[in-house]
Amino acid sequence: MLALKNKTNFDWKLKYCKMKPQTQDISLKDLMVELFEENREVIFRHDTPDLKARRLIAFDEFKRTGFPHNKIENWRNTDLKRTLEASYQYYFEPTFRQGIDLQHIFRCDIPHLQTDMISQLNGWFISENGSLKKTRQGVIIGSLAAASQHYPELVSEWLGKLADNTRSGFVALNNAFATDGVFIYVPDNVQVEMPLQMVNIINHDREIFVQNHNLVILGKNSHLQLVQCDDSVDHQRSLVNTVTEVVVGENSILDHYKLQNKNDASTLINTVFFHLERDAKLSTNAITLNGGIIRNENYITLNGEGCDANIMGVYLVDKFQHVDNQVFVDHAKPNCTSNELFKGIVDDHARAVFNGHILVRKDAQKTSAYQNNKNILLTDKATVNSKPFLEIYADDVKCSHGATVGQLDQNAMFYLKSRGIGEVNARMLLMYAFAAEIINDIKIEPLRIRIDDMVKKRLRGELSICEQCVLHCSTMEKPVEFEIDLSKI
Amino acid sequence: MLSIKNLHVNIEGREIIKGLDLEVKAGEVHAIMGPNGTGKSTLASVIAGREGIYEITGGEISFKGKDLLDMPVEDRAREGIFLGFQYPVEIPGVSITNFMRTAINEIRQYKGLEPISAGDFLKKMEEAKNLVGIQSKLTNRSVNEGFSGGEKKKNEIFQMAMLQPELAILDETDSGLDIDALKIVANGVNALKTEANATVVITHYQRLLDYIVPDFVHVLFNGKIVKSGGKELALELEAKGYDWIKEDA
Repeated sequence: MLALKNKTNFDWKLKYCKMKPQTQDISLKDLMVELFEENREVIFRHDTPDLKARRLIAFDEFKRTGFPHNKIENWRNTDLKRTLEASYQYYFEPTFRQGIDLQHIFRCDIPHLQTDMISQLNGWFISENGSLKKTRQGVIIGSLAAASQHYPELVSEWLGKLADNTRSGFVALNNAFATDGVFIYVPDNVQVEMPLQMVNIINHDREIFVQNHNLVILGKNSHLQLVQCDDSVDHQRSLVNTVTEVVVGENSILDHYKLQNKNDASTLINTVFFHLERDAKLSTNAITLNGGIIRNENYITLNGEGCDANIMGVYLVDKFQHVDNQVFVDHAKPNCTSNELFKGIVDDHARAVFNGHILVRKDAQKTSAYQNNKNILLTDKATVNSKPFLEIYADDVKCSHGATVGQLDQNAMFYLKSRGIGEVNARMLLMYAFAAEIINDIKIEPLRIRIDDMVKKRLRGELSICEQCVLHCSTMEKPVEFEIDLSKI
Repeated sequence: MLSIKNLHVNIEGREIIKGLDLEVKAGEVHAIMGPNGTGKSTLASVIAGREGIYEITGGEISFKGKDLLDMPVEDRAREGIFLGFQYPVEIPGVSITNFMRTAINEIRQYKGLEPISAGDFLKKMEEAKNLVGIQSKLTNRSVNEGFSGGEKKKNEIFQMAMLQPELAILDETDSGLDIDALKIVANGVNALKTEANATVVITHYQRLLDYIVPDFVHVLFNGKIVKSGGKELALELEAKGYDWIKEDA
């Protein structure tokens, strides 16, 4: 049975804040700097000398830059002031809510979806079967902390190499602090049949700041389907800063999905660095259904000829929710294609931000790169900031970008209503149709069917966290019944 | 069935329909003809309940004795009014099948009926498709998306066959059709004709009326019906043009 130590190794900020009068404003940056200095031994405890050196470089970078703020161009529209003013607990050891039933909260309830589940609770890898496992095919799955001890050469070859400290203070801070996360290694010529599902659930009785770091390595000619879920199962405030480094080796294929269904008090900074070698194919799809502030940063380097990257996302936000998708595609080599499509429906006072940046380097001839961001605003209080951007130094390329922000098509609404369809279902049909373009691209069928259901529920205002999480939930879910059946026949 | 009395409609402050009267009874086919810009499409839109630019400044429209003007668009459809669009709208992502099933079930719900069974629905689809010669693959496509002009008009008649309205208003259904497509569309409308329903055909040309034979022909000019007659009036218009009407008016 899993050892559940609720050992609070560090309860520093709470004490600290209690000691200081409210008016004396200590920034989270200063607190993190002091926290690092005072816990060096704990942080470095599993590090090889070069990992330790990388942490120190990252720490210096964080000290220099601090947390992002609105004066930085690509943070102009995402305000973290309230997130960074809150008090958090920071833990250097696994920590959970007392008496939590892990099997219960990680139970996957997608019918027919067989996945190999990798569970993280509050950013810490948890498993009943040891912290690392190696399958018959040689696939290694487990905790990054354990992997860095048992496979130091595999880990240190890539860890921190892709996650560029200068991208943002969050990346540097994560590189400096994070000691655990998920490690996945797929050797050459291995087709992993069952999708891998990494689930990070935040569930704690304190307001916590979580930093985890994942490393995914695919060798040559391999194939992996990876589902990355971020959920909360309560309404507690949290700040999660996740960095994932992904290597897709020569001629390998990675299908990657991000499912995000978090409470409105949560902030998630989810940064993924993809590195593609020659002829590698990447498809990544971010599905955001709920969350206080969700920022997805994707850095994709096409580092060999013949690479193909599909970067997609769909977001459905309302109330005061905020979603921000940042995509940077680096066409470093010739003959690669990249295609970005992000679509969102923004309701109430919610805000959606999209920044797409495609860099085509001088030698990257015959590049095809497209980016598109389409939005529907349902109210005049909802906001979209969309900035597609191309930076091209090669002369023989095909590139395009576009962004649209609009309301539901009134001609289409009239057309639907003129056939007897009422306002509610007419809106539903149009909103669902808008999102379906992204959902239909999900290649794991049980997952697609499930997400399809989730989106319908979300559009009907019936989906919330706690009662219904994306892939698992604390209560048995009732079957979804629709007045109208939207499934295609 | 449909009764319009002294209807006045403005668009952006300009009077387009200036006191129009029309009576349509069950079992009748009416043709409304007239030069461009005389208010034909405005009349169709106002009956169907289009909001936005149309301002009804006077008169009344009733359908089966119920006041239409206070009725939302969807309720007019549920009561049995169907508008065949001059320019059918493309709706990417919504399949024709879902569209029709949703529409039929909402109409049934309005009438206090159970949702249609899958078997009945598929049977109905087959019949309607055959009526207008729609290939089955079309029905799995998004509504009107990428359809040719002829396919869009056939799709309107397909929807009419699915919904079986009591009153169909076909707004320039013949525009943009070649003669083969025109025959298919007209045959579809004729096949759906019963003693219990009525059709109002709005057209610029007499051509369609060779295939859909009207009981009454009305000439709409300058926002009013200035002349009404039998089907021979359409032939007279074809031969003499609209100028003599304008002079009379």
